[in-house]
Amino acid sequence: MRFRKETAGMRKVLRKSYNQQRQQLEITGYEIFVRCLAAEGVNVIFGYPGASIVGIHDVLYDIKTAKVKGMETEEDGMTSNKRRNNVMTPTKAYDNHQGKTMTGAEIFVRSLVEEGVDTLFGYPGGVVIGIYDVLHDLTHIKHILTRHEQGATHAAEGYSKATGRPGVVLVTSGPGATNAVTGIADAYMDSIPLVVFTGQVVTNLIGNDAFQEVDIVGITRPITKHNYLVKDINELANTIKAAFYIATTGRPGPVLVDLPKDVLAAKAVFEYPKTISLRSYNPVVEGNSKQIKKAAELLNEAKRPLLYVGGGVISSNASAEVRALADKLHAPVTTTLHGLGAYPEQSKLALGMLGMHGTWYSNMAVDQCDVLVAIGARFDDRVTGKVEAFAKNAKKIHIDIDPSAIGKNVPADVPIVGDVKRVVKQLLELVKPLDTKEWLKTIDGWKAEHPLRYKQDGSLRAQHVIHKLGEITDGDAIVVSDVGQSQMWTAQFFKWKHPRTQITSGGLGTMGFSLPAAMGAAFGRKDLPIICISGDGGFQMNIQEMATIKHNKLPLKIFIMNNGFLGMVRQWQELFWKKRYSNTRITSPDFVKLAESYGIRGMRVTSPAEVESTIKIALKYNEGPILVEFVVAPEENVYPMIPAGQTVNEIMDSPEPLEQNHATHKTMIHAKG
Amino acid sequence: MASSTINEHMKQHTISMTVENHFGTLNRIAGLFAAKGYNIDSLTVGPTEDDAVSRMTIVTRGDDQIIEQILKQLHKLIDTIKVVDLTDDTFVDRELALVKVQCTPITRMEIMQISEIFRTKVVDVSPKTLTIEATGSQLKVDAIINMLKPFGIKELARTGRIAIKREFQGEV
Repeated sequence: MRFRKETAGMRKVLRKSYNQQRQQLEITGYEIFVRCLAAEGVNVIFGYPGASIVGIHDVLYDIKTAKVKGMETEEDGMTSNKRRNNVMTPTKAYDNHQGKTMTGAEIFVRSLVEEGVDTLFGYPGGVVIGIYDVLHDLTHIKHILTRHEQGATHAAEGYSKATGRPGVVLVTSGPGATNAVTGIADAYMDSIPLVVFTGQVVTNLIGNDAFQEVDIVGITRPITKHNYLVKDINELANTIKAAFYIATTGRPGPVLVDLPKDVLAAKAVFEYPKTISLRSYNPVVEGNSKQIKKAAELLNEAKRPLLYVGGGVISSNASAEVRALADKLHAPVTTTLHGLGAYPEQSKLALGMLGMHGTWYSNMAVDQCDVLVAIGARFDDRVTGKVEAFAKNAKKIHIDIDPSAIGKNVPADVPIVGDVKRVVKQLLELVKPLDTKEWLKTIDGWKAEHPLRYKQDGSLRAQHVIHKLGEITDGDAIVVSDVGQSQMWTAQFFKWKHPRTQITSGGLGTMGFSLPAAMGAAFGRKDLPIICISGDGGFQMNIQEMATIKHNKLPLKIFIMNNGFLGMVRQWQELFWKKRYSNTRITSPDFVKLAESYGIRGMRVTSPAEVESTIKIALKYNEGPILVEFVVAPEENVYPMIPAGQTVNEIMDSPEPLEQNHATHKTMIHAKG
Repeated sequence: MASSTINEHMKQHTISMTVENHFGTLNRIAGLFAAKGYNIDSLTVGPTEDDAVSRMTIVTRGDDQIIEQILKQLHKLIDTIKVVDLTDDTFVDRELALVKVQCTPITRMEIMQISEIFRTKVVDVSPKTLTIEATGSQLKVDAIINMLKPFGIKELARTGRIAIKREFQGEV
């Protein structure tokens, strides 16, 4: 890239400091960026690497003028020991207070009760103190005090994903609200219904740069489905009703409600509406029957059908319908990261995950299929790679509740807007069983030639741990993964069986998600063991929630895959940046001692021989949380891999030769038929 | 995939929408265009026959795929009541311009004649200026501005486009 072609803003800065060199230099944007900082006199940068800025870290590897401090966490914990962590012990009985005059704070809490909210994740502060005063007495809502507002939003996400109910968050104004932003953005990307309540300064101070004031409605406008500032106490109950309605219907998503202190202190008659209808919001749930008929006609002629199943199937509780459709058509099924669990991987028709780190055979199947049925999926770039080449031989049927998701990335031959569950049910009645024997035989050949595999040379590997976990639990567990290599290995090697058991940060890719999300899931679900799988990097990004987990005696199994690296970025550096490991080597505390200091049992595993017995101990442990650190091989890569923006032709399969490997669970399942 | 580079070949579209007259609605719509990188040629907003509803007229450009996304994204906003792309329909559209032109006693009459030909109004006169109010299609407003340019335009205020669908389309 030529220097001159840079953007206007960049050029302005450059002109100042690099006037003479400008004509001759031909350097990358990454280098320009770093040089600009150096020219501005920056000598310390606090940061954290990631895929999109890996090039900048590569430049920093060489440039000595800017010293880089690789901070292990970028979030400021804001935890205060002064605040007692207490799950509120209810004392007063609840009765129907409709029609009585009360404060806004009381209206707020009673509205949540009317909505059936049983768990509220939050953190108190100056402007919401009135609400906490009401919560101190009220019986029906359990308030979980997290150690950071980001933890509260992720916990609410985990709770929602595991239960199907909306996650509810309450934080204070200013920093409380901004700390919640990452979780809100995460929920928006992954279509998780959250209702986030933020405190706000009194209405006549709004816009005055008051203490702990921030325009959170403005900040979260592009990352919420909708948001509100309540200016009038008479609007409070209606707004809360609308917030829950919007968050949970249509394509679900986060809704934020900003509550000024004076509105919470004002008094009004409490009347919670039973139903609400908004003239400007009417999501389409019934699919167009003509379109469904067209889809069925296309499918009935298919020779090589493929179902591409996304998170929409799980949020619309349509797993059973999708299973029935696959079984009737004898069509293979590949799932996105969020679709894992929607279709049992024990089935012969299951291909596992597709996309950048999807299985070799699922990506081949996408390339070779003649009819692709996308169900509740959005053709994300991590799935498609180069969009023009994605499923290029297939007619595409796209079923989604969000009209804007259809045709956004990949044009659909048969678009169907509607609730996935209803549409698939109707489609099921119109399709005929297909003869796909040849097609399945081809796929079986691919499965045999290119199974998921990893090196087994006596050193401990994360894939092995996750594979064993899948075997021992037989898929009967809720697994919450973080972001990066450990996430991809979890997606690949765990034996997914049930919907709502796979929880992870997909769209936003938020490191530090797993620990608080697993915690939230544990508040919602007691029927299955809950396992948090994190890397050493991600775990340290919301490490403070260890205290919340201990305090609530949650029976979490926390597995840390410690490879001493920010592994995924390191993998990119190895493959595309000449192994220059700029700012990806990280150090960690002694995780076992750390656990113990929180009063949590800690264990460490360093060899493959101990894996099985340790997992069994962890699963049996019933006296609260347990943390296991797996010290795994430092430089291991996730395969297969289709590099960003490329096609299935560029897929890199694992370099491990086939015969030296034990079959993974997926090939074994295949062998058993 | 929705690239937003301003392309001469991209067709101009006139989108008319009704929205809830809520706090922040304009910001939501402007923010949507900014965040998605869509181009706005003009955006007007004003009240309608219903106090609770505002009408927005947005002039934008893009290929079919981009326009389809714009319409879907606008519709997705919770405050949006209705979105219509008027482009392929018959519709009436108007723009308004106020043009302050420099004049001398000699040129004053000439300017007033031009104004008359275009059926625009002179709304203010001073010894050295004339202010003309022009309404009409974008082309007409462009045309009068071009005609007035040689005299020296001191100031120009111009609205975006407002548009409404024509109802009567039957045969006469």
